[in-house]
Formats: sequence, structure tokens, C-alpha cells
Amino acid sequence: MRFVDEYRDAGKARALAASIASLCEPGRHYKFMEVCGGHTHTIYKHGIEDYLPEGISLVHGPGCPVCVIPMGRVDDAIHIASQPDVIMTSFGDMMRVPGGDGSFFDAKAKGADIRMVYSPLDALKIAQQNPDRRVVFMGIGFETTAPSTAMTVLRAAAAGVTNFSVFCNHVTILPAIKAILDSPDLRLDGFIGPGHVSTVIGCRPYSFITDDYGKPLVVAGFEPLDLLQSVHMLLAQLAAGRSEVENQYGRVVPWDGNAKALDVIGRTMEPRPYFEWRGLGFISHSALRMRDEYAAFDAERIFDIPGGRVADPKACQCGEVLKGVLKPWECKVFGTACTPETPIGTCMVSSEGACAAYYNFGRFTRERVKEATR
Amino acid sequence: MCLAIPGEIVEIMPDRPLAKVDVTGVRRAVNIGLLDGEGLAAGDWVLIHVGFAMSKIDEAEAKATLTLLEGIGAAYDDEIDALRESGID
Repeated sequence: MRFVDEYRDAGKARALAASIASLCEPGRHYKFMEVCGGHTHTIYKHGIEDYLPEGISLVHGPGCPVCVIPMGRVDDAIHIASQPDVIMTSFGDMMRVPGGDGSFFDAKAKGADIRMVYSPLDALKIAQQNPDRRVVFMGIGFETTAPSTAMTVLRAAAAGVTNFSVFCNHVTILPAIKAILDSPDLRLDGFIGPGHVSTVIGCRPYSFITDDYGKPLVVAGFEPLDLLQSVHMLLAQLAAGRSEVENQYGRVVPWDGNAKALDVIGRTMEPRPYFEWRGLGFISHSALRMRDEYAAFDAERIFDIPGGRVADPKACQCGEVLKGVLKPWECKVFGTACTPETPIGTCMVSSEGACAAYYNFGRFTRERVKEATR
Repeated sequence: MCLAIPGEIVEIMPDRPLAKVDVTGVRRAVNIGLLDGEGLAAGDWVLIHVGFAMSKIDEAEAKATLTLLEGIGAAYDDEIDALRESGID
């Protein structure tokens, strides 16, 4: 376990923190955004901000794929699930996400056949075992997850399965980052790049952020020291007037990504002209749909989809949280009307959502801060 | 589903892009088709996401990641429970 200790070593963390402080320009305020739910988790769980000087804030972007699904798409999925002979299959994370008219769990209680699966391959297996039923897989996730859906569709096609389709809600992270950079709400100094998405897309596609917008980006691992080191690398770039893509997580992320994964996505899916993101609105080319060649596996062509837009509940400020404009605890209903048990917004539903992460772990951070300043 | 969990390859299945992996004692089949060129073999460690091996990692990285995941609580337990229910073949 020597390796683990290395990534948790409090002495190393303090040394890094001191070095981080020395790189900060006096009086300057730095804002770095991470766009990965796993990073959000580590930041709150380990109180990473406690190690940072006051001038640095870490803001959380739209890094949770469950959180960004708009309510109208949940309603569409429930509409499909309510059709005759349909078995809807979904990752467990989606089950409690509220639509305009309830969640998957609510629809299941009313009689819809909705089943949790671990993998799209399990959904395909259900289709093969139930030839007289129409089995739909609720495809969600960033580039990390899209290859799995793509591989499953290719396998279904090769096996001649005709009762399996995908309700494709896969989203792509780069257009969302661009939308945030173009938004006047937030001034950012750099990005902590997503670890697992980058195993698929590699590091090169981020170069528009560094070249066109002049913001440094460091792809980071998930250990506390990974995140501190990434903040250090961002500050070192800023201090030297550089804005480059750097890979702190090279032990897992290849610079060029995974060519096979990108190939299977490209063979089966294509960018949509636009897609609605919860909180961010419509973003061009920010999601994937099935290609014409795989129309037989596209739930949107097989079923009549209502496609309605549903506004978020008025009290819910997930939009501001997803854009990093608000911290979770600054939302009016955080921890009172909205909790993981009775979520109003998606950020509180998924364990990777910023609100749920802060609700579960953030209180420890606050206590730690209090102790430190006592 | 957002998690990627490390597993040790126990056996490469013949004729199919599948491997039997061991994830903290749970043994299940996962698809290794996305790591075609990696020459995977028994004893190798991979990061697994929704039934697919996403990247090959070394043992030290795997152990560190497992410790990190065990510390996050419910989300990790749910992921292992979901894996246990999986019947990829």
C-alpha cells in the first residue's frame, strides 16, 4: 500500500500547499473549474480547498452526466417505457432523476417495466431473453460511457437482434466547456480536465481552450495529491504566462486517447445539431444520436417521442450550480427542501452531483475549517 | 455508473472479446474489445466502466484506486452490487 500512502501523505500535501501559495500573485483571485463528478467528490471528501490559499477557489462544472439530463428527456423516456411490450433498462443512477411527471421509480410503481442494469450488455441480454418484448436502453454518459453503448449496438447488429434499441442521451464535454467559456457569468483562470473522459478522447481536443481562450488545462487523477498537483501545474503555467494542455494523470490517460473507442462511437453515432442541457440550455453539437445506418437501433425513430420541454422547478438552482456560478450551499433549497432522500434537482440525485457530494462530505470540511481557525 | 473500478484479469475467454475479472472478490465477465491492441493477459489490471475494460493500469495504481473508491461509501457499494447482478456472457 506504499502507493496509496504516497497519494495521501499529509506532509507532501502541506509541502505542495506551501509551493502553491508561493506561486499565487498577492491580491489575485484564481478560479479553476473541474468538469468531472469524480473530482468534485475528492475535493469535498478530502477537504482539498482547506489546503489552498484563500485566493484560490475551485468551482464545479457540468461534470455529472446524470445531472445535465433535462426533465423533458426523462419524460420522453418514461413515455417510451409506458408503451406496450416495452422493457426500459437504465443505470441505477437515473432511477430517481425527476422529470416533469415523476421519475423512473415513480413510473415503475405505476406499472412500467423499468429495470436497472449494470451494463448496456446486460440490457442486450434481456432483449435476447425476451424476444417478444421491445427492450430499450437509456443511454447516458459522456465520452467515457458512449463507447460501451456503441459496442453494444455493434454486437446487437452482428447478432441480428431486432428487439433492442437505444434512447441516446450521450453528451460530449467539449461543447459544454465552450458554452461556459462563452458565458459572461463566470471568469475562469483554468481547468482541471476530466480523468476518465480523457482516457477516451485523449488530451489534444482540449487545445481550443488553451489556444483560443488562453486558459490552461491540466488533466488530473482522482487522488487528493493529484488534484493539489494539478492546481500547482495550473498556477505554474499562469505564473509563466503559458496556457497549455498538460497531463498530470499520464499513468492512466494516454495523450492520444483510445482510438478504438473513438472509432466505435464514430461508426454508430453522430453529433446532434443541438441538445438541451439542464441549466445550460441548448448547446450546438453537444450530444450524440444514432447514425442512419443504425436507425433500427434508435428508440427515437422506433417510438413516437413527445419531445416536450419542461422548465426546472422555480426553487431549483441546479443550472447555476452546474455552471459553477453558485456553490451547492448557496442554493436556496440546499439541505432543507432538497436532500439526497427528497431531491428537487439533479445535482442532489446522483452521488457524483456537486450538491450530493457536498451534502455527504462538505460538512466535515466546514468543521475542519472551523477547527483550523479556532 | 460514473465510476471506473479496477479489476484483475483472471482469465481471457477464448474466441470472444471477454475476460473474467476479479473485483474485490466478485468475479464477473467484462468486455475487453476496447483494448484490442493491449495484449491483455491473466494477472493484468484494468479499469472497468459499465462492463467494459477502459484502460490497462498497473497494480499499484489499481490498489490506490480501490482504496480511494472504498472510501467514498454508498456509490461504490452500489457499483459493486450492480456488478454482482451483471450477467455479461
